[in-house]
Amino acid sequence: MISRILAAAAEGETPNPLLPSSYDLLWSSVVFVILLAFFWFKVLPNFKKTLDQRAEAIEGRLEAAEKAQAEAAAKTANIEAAQAEARAEAAKIRDEARSEGAAILAELKEQAASEAARLTATAKAQIEAERQAALISLRAEVGSLAIDLASSVVGASLKNDKVAAGVVDQFLADLEAGDKAGKKK
Amino acid sequence: MEFYPEIVAFDGTPFALNRIMLIRLIVLGALLILFWAWTAKFKKANRTNSYVPGRFQLMGEIALNFVRKSIAHDQLGEKDGDRFLPLLTTIFFVTLGMNITGIIPGFNIAGTSVIGLPIVMALAAYVTFIYAGVKRHGGHFFSASLFPAGVPKPFYILVTPIELLSTFILRPVTLALRLTMNMIAGHLLLVLCFSATQFFLFNADGFFKAFGAGTFLFGFAFTLFEILVAFLQAYVFTLLTTVYIQLALSDEH
Repeated sequence: MISRILAAAAEGETPNPLLPSSYDLLWSSVVFVILLAFFWFKVLPNFKKTLDQRAEAIEGRLEAAEKAQAEAAAKTANIEAAQAEARAEAAKIRDEARSEGAAILAELKEQAASEAARLTATAKAQIEAERQAALISLRAEVGSLAIDLASSVVGASLKNDKVAAGVVDQFLADLEAGDKAGKKK
Repeated sequence: MEFYPEIVAFDGTPFALNRIMLIRLIVLGALLILFWAWTAKFKKANRTNSYVPGRFQLMGEIALNFVRKSIAHDQLGEKDGDRFLPLLTTIFFVTLGMNITGIIPGFNIAGTSVIGLPIVMALAAYVTFIYAGVKRHGGHFFSASLFPAGVPKPFYILVTPIELLSTFILRPVTLALRLTMNMIAGHLLLVLCFSATQFFLFNADGFFKAFGAGTFLFGFAFTLFEILVAFLQAYVFTLLTTVYIQLALSDEH
């Protein structure tokens, strides 16, 4: 390198690095102008278009997303309202059913009570009737027995103890027989 | 010298091609192919209404958005940023692509390390920021630039030449020189490190061979550094162009 510089210096033609040669300027301009035109008319317009389209798409999508969100919110509100309505209706129906049930229950209770009262009354009446009947028949029997006993006592002309004893025995036997007959009845 | 390699074709005409010019043409081709592929992706996305970019498309978007958002929109706002975006994008990717060849094996020299390309880009930036100022403020742009408001009249004798020099002469010159000199210096550093490695390893005796490892390490570190510089210089060039445009557009003029 040094020898070449020396050689160049010796020939008096060391180029000044600050002064461009004509071919240097020419090729520089060619390169620069081609790339300037290339970037200006080809690369950057397409690049800008891509960015613009993307920005537009993102904005469009954001808008769509917002819309969808609003729609979803509205739908949710609707559903909630419907739910509340349904819940209120269910509560109403339940209340109605409860009161109706209570009414039915009361009615049934009343019915049962009255039925019980009726049955009790019927049973009492029957018992009373049977008692009356028993009383009547007993009275009739006791009367006839008394009469029988009295007549036997009187009829046997109580002469001696043997006869008296016989009458009493006879009466008791009759009474027994009567009692048996009564029982058979 | 390496910055003025032999002419390989069209010697003696303005179309003369040397190694660096060929590298520039290769970078041109690479940039065209890369961005053509990305543009094809964008077009396909536009046609098919697919809004989710693939990996490759996303890489392109990140690259283009770096200039669009972090440089143009930040400095100029969206409207003016998009107006000047073609120039800024071109400057950024041309500079980056040309710088990075400085460390690509086989190329080993930046396409921006001879001053022609930086001059062309600085001129483009120069013309653009003057155009931006004149379009916005008319002839008032020049008077306002040269005679800043709020300065006492006698001081214009001092201020006006300084403003003329700094705004209309030094801006493009510094743009071009900063880039070129960075690339030249980077190349010289790498050449120095790797030539030293070569010398120590193969020509030096005994103990001195160990220096080779050290110089190689330095060369490796500077290679990484050059990647950073390549990116940084592309960013700085683009950012300064944007700032000049922004200053020209601002209402102070």
